[in-house]
Amino acid sequence: MSKPAQWDSVRASEIVMRERHWDGPALPILHALQEEFGYIHEEALPLVASALNLSRAEVHGILTFYHDFKWQPGGAHTLKICRAEACQSMGGAELADALLKRQSVMWGETTADGRLTIEAVYCLGLCACAPAALYDGEPVGRLCADTLDELVTEARGR
Amino acid sequence: MALIQEVDYGTPLRKAEKSVTVTIDGEPVSVPAGTSVMAASMMMGTKIPKLCATDSLEPFGSCRLCLVEIEGRRGTPASCTTPVEDGMVVSTQTPRLAELRRGVMELYISDHPLDCLTCSANGDCELQDMAGAVGLREVRYGYEGENHLKAPKDESNPYFTFEDSKCIVCSRCVRACEEVQGTFALTIQGRGFDSRVSPGGMDFFGSECVSCGACVQACPTATLNEKSVIELGTPEHSVVTTCAYCGVGCSFKAEMKGSTVVRMVPYKDGKANEGHSCVKGRFAWGYATHRDRIKKPMVREKITDPWREVSWEEALTRAASEFKRLQAKYGRDAVGGITSSRCTNEETFLVQKLIRAGFGNNNVDTCARVCHSPTGYGLKTTLGTSAGTQDFASVADADVIVVIGANPTDGHPVFASRMKKRLREGARLIVIDPRRIDLVKSPHVEADFHLPLRPGTNVAMINALSHVIVTEGLVDEAYVRERCDLDDFESWARFIADERHSPEALESLTGVSAADVRGAARLFATGGNGAIYYGLGVTEHSQGSTMVMGMANLAMATGNIGHSGVGVNPLRGQNNVQGSCDMGSFPHEFSGYRHVSDDATRQMFEAFWGVPLNDEPGLRIPNMLDEAVAGTFKGLYIQGEDIAQSDPDTQHVTAGLMAMECVVIQDIFLNETAKYAHVFLPGSSFLEKDGTFTNAERRINRVRKVMAPLGGLADWEVTIALAGKLGFPMNYKHPGEIMDEIAKLTPTFAGVSYEKLDMLGSIQWPCNDDAPRGTPMMHVDRFVRGKGKFMITEFVPTEERTGPRFPLILTTGRILTQYNVGAQTRRTANSLWHEQDVLEIHPFDAESRGIVDGDLVALESRSGDISLRAEISERMQPGIVYTTFHHAKTGANVITTDYSDWATNCPEYKVTAVQVRRTNRPSDWQARFYEEDVALKRIETRFDAAE
Repeated sequence: MSKPAQWDSVRASEIVMRERHWDGPALPILHALQEEFGYIHEEALPLVASALNLSRAEVHGILTFYHDFKWQPGGAHTLKICRAEACQSMGGAELADALLKRQSVMWGETTADGRLTIEAVYCLGLCACAPAALYDGEPVGRLCADTLDELVTEARGR
Repeated sequence: MALIQEVDYGTPLRKAEKSVTVTIDGEPVSVPAGTSVMAASMMMGTKIPKLCATDSLEPFGSCRLCLVEIEGRRGTPASCTTPVEDGMVVSTQTPRLAELRRGVMELYISDHPLDCLTCSANGDCELQDMAGAVGLREVRYGYEGENHLKAPKDESNPYFTFEDSKCIVCSRCVRACEEVQGTFALTIQGRGFDSRVSPGGMDFFGSECVSCGACVQACPTATLNEKSVIELGTPEHSVVTTCAYCGVGCSFKAEMKGSTVVRMVPYKDGKANEGHSCVKGRFAWGYATHRDRIKKPMVREKITDPWREVSWEEALTRAASEFKRLQAKYGRDAVGGITSSRCTNEETFLVQKLIRAGFGNNNVDTCARVCHSPTGYGLKTTLGTSAGTQDFASVADADVIVVIGANPTDGHPVFASRMKKRLREGARLIVIDPRRIDLVKSPHVEADFHLPLRPGTNVAMINALSHVIVTEGLVDEAYVRERCDLDDFESWARFIADERHSPEALESLTGVSAADVRGAARLFATGGNGAIYYGLGVTEHSQGSTMVMGMANLAMATGNIGHSGVGVNPLRGQNNVQGSCDMGSFPHEFSGYRHVSDDATRQMFEAFWGVPLNDEPGLRIPNMLDEAVAGTFKGLYIQGEDIAQSDPDTQHVTAGLMAMECVVIQDIFLNETAKYAHVFLPGSSFLEKDGTFTNAERRINRVRKVMAPLGGLADWEVTIALAGKLGFPMNYKHPGEIMDEIAKLTPTFAGVSYEKLDMLGSIQWPCNDDAPRGTPMMHVDRFVRGKGKFMITEFVPTEERTGPRFPLILTTGRILTQYNVGAQTRRTANSLWHEQDVLEIHPFDAESRGIVDGDLVALESRSGDISLRAEISERMQPGIVYTTFHHAKTGANVITTDYSDWATNCPEYKVTAVQVRRTNRPSDWQARFYEEDVALKRIETRFDAAE
C-alpha cells in the first residue's frame, strides 16, 4: 500500500468528479477519497454533498454508518483483525486482546509512534484459515502470537 | 378554555376515488384506498400504540409498537406501513400483541432516564403515554446496562434544546426535516446501538438547520423541546390565531399559561401551512412583550424635544386638534394617512374610513405602494382581479415551476417547503433571478434553468420567453381562442414575434444565454402545468407593472390560468398586504378595488357613512412627501409603518417628515419614523387583538386576542377614539362588527362574517352568493374581466444607469431570520443568525477593489452613501452587489433612489447604480443617525426606565 497523500481539496474535488458517474455514487466516492488520503477529511463532506446535491448531514450519516471510513489519518500500517465467530472459536479473541495489551492501544487506535493502527473486522471470508486478519490489505491466516509480533515488528520497525 | 388537542392519524390521510371497507376490532369502516391500517383505525377512534408514526410523515415502521394481527396473514404486521385492503379483518388488541408491545417498551425504557416528574415534557410525552397504554409495569433488563443516559445536551439553538439522552431514535425529527421542511439538516449518525440523531456531526446552531421547528414538532419525547416550555412549564390553554410575519399567513395555536405565551405551535388545520412553520412565526414572537414596547401615549412640541408621556385623552385630543388646525389653515387636502399591512383588515378599513370620511380627502396610501402595487395594477388589467390566481396547495399539481424575483426559502419559507416537496417529486424548475438563490441548488432540488439576468431587464426577459413561445408555435391556441380577447392577442403576438424580442437579440442586454432562454421557454410551454411564482424582484422596478402584465401574457398564451397547478402567483411580503389593498388603502380605490370616481360605489359609501366623499384620487406616499417638502402637505397619521426605514431614498423621506407640522405615529415600538413625529400612540401586537389577516392566496384568517393590549387599547380602538375626537364618531364594539360593514360595502366580501370564519376556519375571497364558501382558484371558467387581455409590453430601460462613477448595480432583498425593517425580529434571538446587514459582492469585483471578506466598505449611489461589511459571495454575478435592509443603522435605503414604476410609483429598490470602496469609518449619514438615534428618541418622564 502506497503512503496516503496529504489532504488536498483540489485533488479531492477531482476524485469526487471522477467517481460521481456511478449509480449510487456516494460510497465509491468516499472509498476513493479514503484510498487517496487514508481518511475522509472534514472538508470532504461539503464537497461530496455539493457534488451529489445532498446535505452535509446526509453525507455525515453515510460516513458514520460504515466503520471502515476513518475521520483521522491512521498509522502508517493497518492491521484489521477478524473478531467474528469462526476466528473467535480458533482463539482469535485471546490473541487480539493480548496484542492490544502489548501495544497499549484499544480497538481502532494507533500506536504512539504512529506506525500501526489496529482495527476490528467482522469476517473476512477466511474462516478456513482462522484466526485471520488483513495487513495493509493483504490477507494473513492462521495467526498466532509469533506471526502477529512479526507483523508488528515490520510495521513499527523494531 | 382548554388546550386544543389535534387528532394524529399516525400516517398521512390519503385521497382516492376508491373506497375500501375493512373490519377493525369487529367494526366495519370504509376509508379511501391507500389508507394505512393505523389511520383507518384512528378514523373510527381506535388508537393503536405508536411512537415512530405521526400523520405529517410517511410511515416508517421502525418502533414496532403499532403491530396488529390480520386474519389470514402470518406474523404481526406494523399497522403504519400496512395499507388497508377490501375485506381485511384486523385486531388491534390481543394478548399476543399486548405482550409484544410491552416487550418493546421494556427495551425502550431500559435506555431512557426515569426522570418523568422533573422532565420538561411531563404530561406532553408520547413515550410516557405509550408506557401507560401498553401497561408497562417493570423493565426486566434493569437500567444498569450500556446506555446513552450521559449523552451531552445541545443547547446551541436559542429556541430549543436537543437532549440526546432522552432520544429513542424514532427518526421522526430526521424525517420531518426531510419530508416537511426539505432541508435535510438531520441524520442518524452511526449504526446499531451507536445510532444517534445528529445535525451532521456538529451542534444545531452551526449546522444546516434553519430552525423551522418541524423536528421539535415531530419529537414524541422531551429530546427536542422548546426552551420556553423548559422555562415556563406546559401550557394550559390555547387559541388558534394567525402569524403576523409574512404573506403566507400560517395558522398557529398560541399555547398559553394565563396571558403568557408559552409557545406558538403550527396548526394542522391551517390551510396555508398545514402544520408547518418557520423560524419567525414558530419562535420569534418574543418581541411582543419586549421591554422596548411603548405602552403610554406621548406627545412633544418639536422633534428635538424629549417625548412626554401623557394620557390617551391628551394624546388623542392633541392629534385631532392638530389635524383640524392644519386643515383649517392649509386646506382640507393638507393632511393624510397611511394604513398598515401589519394590522388587521378591520383596522386598515377604519383608518381609510377615517381619512376619507373624517379628513374628507382621499390622501390614504399603504406600504403595498412600495411592494406589490404593480401586482394589483397588472393583474387587474390583464385578468380582472388584483390578486394571485391560486391557493398554495395548487403547487402540488405544478409540473414546471417558474420563480421570478422571489427567494421563497428566505422570504416565504413555509410555502417554499411545499414547493420543494413538489420539486423533489419531479416537477421542473426555472429560476429567473440575478442571484444564485438557494432554490437554484440545495439538497435534492436543482433548477433546470437558472437565468441570471441583469437587474432591470425583467421585461426584456419575459418578452424573450414569450417570443420563443409565439414564434415556435407553442401557443395554446384553443385556450387563447376560448378565453382571451383575440384582437388584443393578435396585436400582442405580432409585437412579440418581432425579431427585436428574440433571445438572441436580447442576450447582450439581459446577460443570459439565448440557448438557456429558449430552453426555459420550451420547457414552460411543453412541460405540463406551468406555474409562475414571483416576488418583489418583479414589482420593484421602473417597469414593475409591465413585467406583471408580461407574466400574465405568458401564462395566458400557454393556457396556464384557471386550473390547479398553474397560475400567476405573487408571493406577498407582509401578513396582511393583500388585505390592506383589499380594504381600500389606495388613494384611488374603495375596498374591493373600486375607483373613487365610480359614482354608484361612492354614493353607496356616502349613504352608509353619512358624509360626502371626494371623487378625486388622493396623494400616494411619495406625493405626500414631495408635497410636504414643497410646503403644502402638513400632517400625517401613520399606523404601523416605518417609512423612514422602509421607503427608498431615506433622506428625502425624512426631509418630507421634517417639513410636516404634525406627524402621528401609532406603533408598538419607537420606530425610525417616530423620530420625526409629534404624537405617539401605542399600538398593539397581533396577540393583543381580534381581527383578520388576508394572505397571498386571498385567504382570510382569524387573528384572536390572547392577551390584553399592553397600552390599554387595540389599534382599532385607537382609530375609533381618534375619529371621535375628530368629530366623526364610529361605533363598533368588536372587530366582527367592522367586518360586517366591510361585507355590506364590498361585493367580494359579501359572504364573509366572523361566524362563517369560525365555522370554516378560513375563507378565500371572493366570498358571496356565487361562492358562499369562498374561491380557492380564480378565473376557472372565464376571466373575472371577461376575456383575458394581452397587453403590449415594450421594454424601456430604467433611467438609473451604471457609468464610470457608479459602475455596479445594487439590488436589495431579505434573509430568512430577519423580517422587513427588523422591528420585530431584531428584538428576538433571530439576530444571532443575522446581526448586521452585509454587502454581498462577487470575488472579481472585490479583488479589483482590494476588498477582502469582512472588510468595512463604503457603498455610494447618487442618493447617498453608507458603510457596511463586505461578504464575498459567488451567489452574485460580477457587476452586481446585494444587501438587505433589516437594520436601521445600516441605512440601505439611503442608497436607493426615487425612481419608480411608471403606473403605480412602486419604488425601484432593485436597481441602483453604486460604487463600492474600502473605508474605515461610518458614513456621514450613519454618524448623524447614531446621534439622532439618541437625540430624537428621548423620553422625558419614563418612570420604568431603570431596566
